[in-house]
Amino acid sequence: MTLKALTIALALPLAALPAARAAEPDVVIGSIDDVSGVYADVGGVGAVETMKMAIADFGGTVLGRKVVTLTADHQNKPDIGASKFREWADQNGLNMLIGGSNTGVSIAMAKVAAAKKVVFFAVGAGGASLTNEDCTPYSIHYVYDTTALANGTASAIVKGGGKSWFYLTADYAFGTQLQNAASKVVDGSGGKNLGAVRVPLGASDFSSFLLQAQGSGAQVLGLANAGTDFTNSLKAANEFGITKTMKPAGLLVFITNIHSLGLEVAQGLVLTTGWYWDSNDETRAFAKRFFDKIHRQPTMHQAGDYSATLSYLKAVKAAGTTDADKVMAELKRMKINDLFAKGGYIRADGVMIHDMYVMQVKSPQESKYPWDYYKVLKVMPGEEAFGPITGLCPIAPK
Amino acid sequence: MSVSLSRTFYLLAGLFALAVPLLGIYPVFMMKLLCFAMFACAFNLLLGFSGMLSFGHAAFFGAAGYVTGWLASVHGWGTLPAILAGTAASALLGLLIGAIAIRRRGIYFAMITMALAQLVYFVCLEAPFTGGENGLQGVPRGTLLGLVPLKSDVAMYYLVLAAFVAVFVFIRRVVHSPFGQVLKAIRENEPRAISLGYEIDRYKLVAFVLSATLAGLAGSLKALVLGFATLSDVLQANSGEVILMTLVGGTGTFFGPVAGAAIVVTLQEYLSDLVGGWVTVIIGAVFVACVLLFRRGIVGELAALRRRR
Amino acid sequence: MTQLFGIPVAVILGQLMLGLVNGSFYAMLSLGLAVIFGLMRVVNFAHGAFYALGAFAALLGLQKLGIGYWPALVLAPLAVGALGILVERLLLRHLYQLDPLYGLLLTFGLALMVEGSLHQLFGSSGESYPVPAQLQGVFNLGFMILPIYRAWVILASIIVCFSTWFVIERTRLGATLRAATENAPLLQAFGVNVPLLVAATYGGGVALAALAGVLSAPVILVNSDMGSSLVVVVFAVVVIGGMGSILGSIVSGLALGMIEGLTKVAYPEASNIVVFVIMALVLILRPAGLFGRE
Repeated sequence: MTLKALTIALALPLAALPAARAAEPDVVIGSIDDVSGVYADVGGVGAVETMKMAIADFGGTVLGRKVVTLTADHQNKPDIGASKFREWADQNGLNMLIGGSNTGVSIAMAKVAAAKKVVFFAVGAGGASLTNEDCTPYSIHYVYDTTALANGTASAIVKGGGKSWFYLTADYAFGTQLQNAASKVVDGSGGKNLGAVRVPLGASDFSSFLLQAQGSGAQVLGLANAGTDFTNSLKAANEFGITKTMKPAGLLVFITNIHSLGLEVAQGLVLTTGWYWDSNDETRAFAKRFFDKIHRQPTMHQAGDYSATLSYLKAVKAAGTTDADKVMAELKRMKINDLFAKGGYIRADGVMIHDMYVMQVKSPQESKYPWDYYKVLKVMPGEEAFGPITGLCPIAPK
Repeated sequence: MSVSLSRTFYLLAGLFALAVPLLGIYPVFMMKLLCFAMFACAFNLLLGFSGMLSFGHAAFFGAAGYVTGWLASVHGWGTLPAILAGTAASALLGLLIGAIAIRRRGIYFAMITMALAQLVYFVCLEAPFTGGENGLQGVPRGTLLGLVPLKSDVAMYYLVLAAFVAVFVFIRRVVHSPFGQVLKAIRENEPRAISLGYEIDRYKLVAFVLSATLAGLAGSLKALVLGFATLSDVLQANSGEVILMTLVGGTGTFFGPVAGAAIVVTLQEYLSDLVGGWVTVIIGAVFVACVLLFRRGIVGELAALRRRR
Repeated sequence: MTQLFGIPVAVILGQLMLGLVNGSFYAMLSLGLAVIFGLMRVVNFAHGAFYALGAFAALLGLQKLGIGYWPALVLAPLAVGALGILVERLLLRHLYQLDPLYGLLLTFGLALMVEGSLHQLFGSSGESYPVPAQLQGVFNLGFMILPIYRAWVILASIIVCFSTWFVIERTRLGATLRAATENAPLLQAFGVNVPLLVAATYGGGVALAALAGVLSAPVILVNSDMGSSLVVVVFAVVVIGGMGSILGSIVSGLALGMIEGLTKVAYPEASNIVVFVIMALVLILRPAGLFGRE
């Protein structure tokens, strides 16, 4: 009896056995995203939903083959993300993967994409290294990266008169990247960087750091952080009256952050986004479909998942094959015109170039209906936002 | 378990393990599982056989991964030297943390290890060579002794399997040695062990360092298997998971941690596809159920059942 | 301006004040842990989860039932305390005969369950809780601007901490509680309902965490992870103060908050680890903790 039970325990991993393959190969699209962690509201279940919406809108088939999906939660662990990806590539005939949110997980998955020759759309991760040091022939960076976010926000504010900057920087690679990108723009457009305070990740209280920022006498408070670090620091800045003397600038803000904070606290904040639900009739119609299911408005990440899926299917159709090299060539050739982007295109290094929107958060009086949060300060052309090719990516020389 | 039965079982288990690549089981998954099984066995050496609950073992597992990954990718070290260096780094870290932690017992010990591991986590987050929150990526597997290229999953699998068997046998040896008997005596009745003239602090420290070293070996291998070392291995949650693995399988049994690791890793990989974000809640519930209902773990309960018959 | 170690004194005073605010939270949380540990020998790993529950109870009360901040300050801890009593009666009770480590493991699992459920039910981005109307605005202390609400946090925490200390160390009820830890069977023989006392203690300790949660709701975004990031620091505070020492937990909570505040000016990157470094030092020099007796 013992023996039998133990053997069963031992055989448990057999659950990992490959699923039987269908005779007619389907086109397999996967999503590996954060469903249970800090980015779950930004991507998560909503990201899977938009991917499925795109497949449905495309008609559910391509080249006469059925389009099927696989989804998984990487739990922000690179090992889970990368091994799921490898497994799907090895055993489930995966043709394309969307996902990320977390830059660490995304880089790990990009390495798998290169090894297994599977098209990979990194959506929702900020790290610009995905298309520089860590670029691969099969990865595409969609929606935004640290460069585009910092370019948009910093240049708009400096032009509007916010010349001197002080940064509240999350003390890790991502925060540093945001700060550096923003300081470069501030320097280049005649502004001044007065300094920065590096805040440990996940600090529970920001007031001490904010007082230091206030002591600098700068006009602009650059928030080079994200998620709860961002929301808590802005909330504290508001509480201590710092937003009255300094103009807050969000370097990575999602609409869900604004929704959490409320307009009372967030009003006046300048930020950059790759997409906004309330831009035109097409985006509003999409947002309504999404809202009916998820009960939130879609984030730029979720809209990006829709667009990435659609672009991939269009590329497969045009190339007449799912062969990764041919599809990548087609992807880098075509124009992307959908509800996410107009005239967007994928550059040689894998960056998806499209317009970015510099937004200002409305005051409670200006906001007329639920989720009416942003007004457009400036539409920034993609080339300006994402900047020139750096040459760090070997497949895309300067 | 009677001797003959356990021998049959180990024979079957061994055959199964050898045949894994032929059975079509996904080798990367099996390697990851074996790494965690090694980690859990190392942890069990401390908890099950020496009675010390460390709440910070992720520090050793993760730090070794970073050291190995850093040496192999940035400095181009060979596979074996990189693994050994990673393991040695964990041993050193174990000596440092152990020397502080063994000053206290029981829950104090648990909380001290937890806090010190948190310190290691912050170092890994901030240190210049760890790649911060993105981790160290693209760690090459290299070639074993310049002969066997480990790029193939099958070759790597047998290396990990060999390491696992070595750790497993080594732990059995240690537990059955006179040293292991003293540890057992300390666990059962510390004052008596002192009165018998044993310098218990020295014994505890050696046990702690051994456990940290083996945990480090597991972490080093994992970094090579997956090709990266990241923060998720140093997180406090990882320290919690290794406790869960040991507890589910059976503390103080030899095979328990292996079974526990198999269950927890499989749950994490495949359950989340079914239940989405509820997986954390389910893992918490398994924890509670283990503590309340079957404290001896699966293997422990089965063995007890057999003895009763 | 006067300077100390190259830092203006005004800045140091400001940081000490803010440190005191954080210290107030540390003190209240470590106090609850110390009460539970002192009387039950249970290391309550779920303390952070109950802290989050307190904040969520206040938030839900406001959103769904229209219960304001002041009633929530009483009602949320009561509700969470009742839940704590339930947990003690249904789960923890079965572990008293065993190694205290099992209590730690059980509450660890419990914390995962509570925090995971909050995350699933309320999402990951968190929600704002408004500062009550009576406490809006700021004090200008000359050397800094202090929001009135933060001043209130310090005041409330000091009142709560010292009244708890008074009840346990100086009243008859407290004497009975302390007697229960020394010799429960004897106390039972005197006709005291010891199981009830233990359940009430756990409920009380947990209610303290919930109270801290309600107090913090207007300061930070209410989200499911708010407790888990704090609980490890609070454990270190308790170890430094000496496990189970009521006064130790209060004093070291406040003091460590201020030390952390100073680190934030002197060397901000280290502010997350300074508590752990101090803990290691204390353990080397005085293993029982600053106020511990063993």
